This record gives sequence, C-alpha cells and structure tokens, in this order.
Amino acid sequence: MLNINKHSSNDTKIQIETKDLSLYYGQDKVIKNISFNIYERMVTALIGPSGCGKSSYLRCLNRMNDFIQEARTEGEITINGSNIYDKATDVIELRRKIGMVFQKPNPFPMSIYENVAYAPRLFGVKDREKLDEIVKSSLEGAALWDEVYGKLKTPGTGLSGGQQQRLCIARAIATEPDILLMDEPTSALDPLSTLRIEELIRELKKKFTVVIVTHNMQQAARISDYTAFFLLGDLVEYNVTNKMFTSPDDRRTEDYITGRFG
Amino acid sequence: MIDSRNFSFANSGDKIASMVVHGVSALGLIVMVFILWFLFAEGIPVLKSVTIGDIFRSSDWYPAEEPPALGMFAIISGTLIVTLLSSLIALPVSYLFAIFTAEIAPSWLRNILKPMLELLGFLPSIVLGFLGMVVVAPWMQGSFEILTGLNLLNASIFLGIMILPIVGSLVEEALSSIPEELRYASFALGATKWETISKVVFPAALPGILSASLLGIMRSMGETMVVLMVAGGAAIIPDSIFDPIRPLTSTIAAEMGETPVGSAHYHALFFAGLLLFLITLALNMLSAWIESKGKIAQQ
Repeated sequence: MLNINKHSSNDTKIQIETKDLSLYYGQDKVIKNISFNIYERMVTALIGPSGCGKSSYLRCLNRMNDFIQEARTEGEITINGSNIYDKATDVIELRRKIGMVFQKPNPFPMSIYENVAYAPRLFGVKDREKLDEIVKSSLEGAALWDEVYGKLKTPGTGLSGGQQQRLCIARAIATEPDILLMDEPTSALDPLSTLRIEELIRELKKKFTVVIVTHNMQQAARISDYTAFFLLGDLVEYNVTNKMFTSPDDRRTEDYITGRFG
Repeated sequence: MIDSRNFSFANSGDKIASMVVHGVSALGLIVMVFILWFLFAEGIPVLKSVTIGDIFRSSDWYPAEEPPALGMFAIISGTLIVTLLSSLIALPVSYLFAIFTAEIAPSWLRNILKPMLELLGFLPSIVLGFLGMVVVAPWMQGSFEILTGLNLLNASIFLGIMILPIVGSLVEEALSSIPEELRYASFALGATKWETISKVVFPAALPGILSASLLGIMRSMGETMVVLMVAGGAAIIPDSIFDPIRPLTSTIAAEMGETPVGSAHYHALFFAGLLLFLITLALNMLSAWIESKGKIAQQ
C-alpha cells in the first residue's frame, strides 16, 4: 500500500486526511478504500480515465454526493481536525469553508455583482460597503476585476465562457474558503481561456488549498504540486507531480501518463 | 437522372409544406381579424342608445326595460373582483404546489402528484359548477348564516380550482426547466434547499411563472359556466365576499338567447364581449412581453 507520510515535510501541513474511504452508488463500489493526505496551499491534481472515481472523490470532500439518493460512504475524511462524515457535521458550514468550481461554467442568471455577493449575503453580510469590498477582492482574486469593474450590474451570463468560469471562481472564493475544489474547470473552455485559468490557479494556491480534477495530463503536470492517479476506484499512485510524471512507481501510472490507455 | 428527379421532388415537397404551413397560419390570423371585426360591428352600435360614459359609470343593468338601462359598471367590477379573488386564492396555492412537486417531493411522489393535478384540469367546468351549486352553496349558506351560498367567494373558490391545474403545471415546468447545475452551484456555496429555491430557482423561473399566472388570470376572467352557476347573478357591486355578483361572461351567456337580434340589449352584450376580448388581449400581450424580457435577461 501507499506510504501516506512519504511526502510530508516540515513546511507542509495536512489539509485533508482521507482514511480508508469507500463510496457506493447502490451496489457499485466506485471508490475502494483509499487513504491519502492532501496538503495545505498545494495544488493537488486528480487524474485517471473516465469513471475512475476521481470526480466522485472530489464530491465527497464537500459532501455533494449527499444529493445522490443511492450514494453511501464508509471511512473518514478529516478536514480541520474533524471527520466530515461525522453525524455532528454541519454540512452548510462545511460547504462554506470549501468552494467548488464545476465543469461547465454555471453563473446564476443575475448580475455579476449579485453572483459574487450571493454566498456572503446568505451568511448575513448586509452592509453595502462590506459587500462592495468582498465583490471587488473576490473578482480581483479571480483575475476578472479589470475586465468587469465597469459593468458589475450586467448579467453574469453575458460574459464569455472563460470569464464566466472566472466569475464562478470569484463566487466560490467570496466566502474565503480554505479549500477550492475544481471539477475539470477548463474542459469547456478554449485554449487561451484555459491558460488564464491555469495561471489563476497558480495564484490561488497562495491562499487556498486547490484540489483539481483534470482529464488533461499536461495540465496536471503544469499546475499541480501533487498528483493522485485513480483507476477503477483505486488510488493507484499518489506522488509529487514531478516524480509522478518522470519516474512513476507504478507500471499502470506510466502506461496511463504515456497514453497507452485511458 | 434519378438524382435530379429526386432533387426536384424534394424541392416541391418543401414548397407544398411551406404553403400548407403559411396557409394554416394565415387562416388563424384571418379568423382572428374576423372575430375582432364582428365584435366591433355588433358591439359598437350600442353607443346609439347609450353613451360610453353611462356604460362605464352606471351600475343600472335593466336591459329588458323600455328604454333599457345598460350600465355595465357593476358587471365589469364583478368580473374584475371575481378574477382578482380567485387569483389570490389559486396563485399562491399553485406556486406552493409547483415548488413542492418540482423541488421537494421525491420522484415517486412527483410521479403521482403531476398526473393528479393534470387530471383535475380535465374536470369539465360544469361539474365544478354543479359541486359549487349543490354542495358548497348550501353549506356556506348554513354555516355563515348568509342570504345565499351562490356568491363571490363560492365562485372565486371554484374558479381557483379551475385555474390551479393550469398555473400549477406551467409553473412546475418553469421550475423544472432551470438547469440542475444552478442548484448544485448554490448548494456548494453552502445554501440550504430553501435558500436555493427562493434565491436562485424561483427568480430564474420568474418570467415563466409570471406568464403562467397571467394565463391563469385570463382563464379565470373568461370562464363562464362556473360563474353562471355559482356566482349568484346579481348585477350589483358587492359589499362583502358573501354578496352575489354577475360577471360579463355569465351575463352574455344568460341573456344572449333571450334578446332580439339588433336590439340595444343585443349590441350591449356584444360590447361586453368586446370588453372581455380587449382585456384578455392586453393580458396576453403583457405575458408575451414579460416572456421576451425574460429571454433577453437570460442571454
């Protein structure tokens, strides 16, 4: 099995600790007893062929699988010292601490301003100046402010695809989460927009722990510090990205990375 | 050879189809224009016997007297009030039903509730009128100790029951058409189910909800049989919800058969029809405008 502590050094703190996690959809075991640690303010890429469980794992982290009626988990995921699958967990509070960006840009059909202000408003920020400030800093954080500051009142759905995705990132970081989950955030975007998002992710990791699912191997190599390779619900290999892409420990990882299957 | 023959055949097929489609839509338009023309031609002559000010200001509707009194104020208010009250009853219930069905109910329950609502929509209005007349009216009269159970409230309840399936299922569709991604985005931000429904789904579906509501209101305004049977038929301005009323529709239905063609009364009834037509046309245009605005907002 994997040596969990192999890559931790003194300057990296564990952000997410996964212990013997399994996920079932009805009878299907889609994640099979995986254990590994995700480190604070690092970009961790989850790679693997379709149906390998990487997106399902991502949705375990903010308990979005709760919405799938047949889904059931075993094992533990510990974030900030508490198991998020504990009965006492406040899911709302958990999701507030974990932002999520989806595959397809999905801004709300409201103004750019309202999109970003949505979550802060939910959590009781009413003061106009405070909201203005949050909106500005979030849009700046998502590298979108310069493009939209003059048209904050216009619909968010009127932006280009890449801008919409950055708006979704701004919306997700508006509650100042610890962790940012990204589920193939560039798969619906053109190469230039993809590049901007990748640059942005490198910026974002200064403040957030980023976990990103990607189909694009080069993307994982370009932006991530750690890479986890999933295959058929197993975590085959988890390693420092450089090592993973130069001399992987597992034969199957090598085959996948070099494009022999997947 | 074969290719070119096929080609020309396909072409003429296109032409025929396009002619049929254009023809049918033109026919619809022509019928519309004729109805409008007919209503004007038969309705406007009433102004020879009574001034337009009298029609809208006077509540005296004694069309059989000599000279006839053709004040429609009470009748027009009857229509407006019963439409308003039935909408106040039915629209909130429809919204709640639709929200429950589309957003909250598990799928097995949704599969029962939706067809049930649609079934309610198939009830002939005369059956509803009958229920109002023989069940609700005597009960109302007895339990509230009022003059008659055939009144504004009774009519509004049954009009409400009539429009509930229409508005309910259209609103349900409007809510269901909002993409799941928006709900997930909201949940992932830490919103509760209720916050997601009230702050994201409902506002996003608002154009559809408004146009569904207007459709229900139009239906309520144009409905004849229920009000003819249940509203009580007195052309007065109601003081309370237990007073009988006489809307435009039931006035036309009750009196058209007994009035000599070409009389002032006859023209007055067509004028009433013209009013109904214009009001519903205005609501219709409003609904189309809202829908087009919604489309622009969503782009």
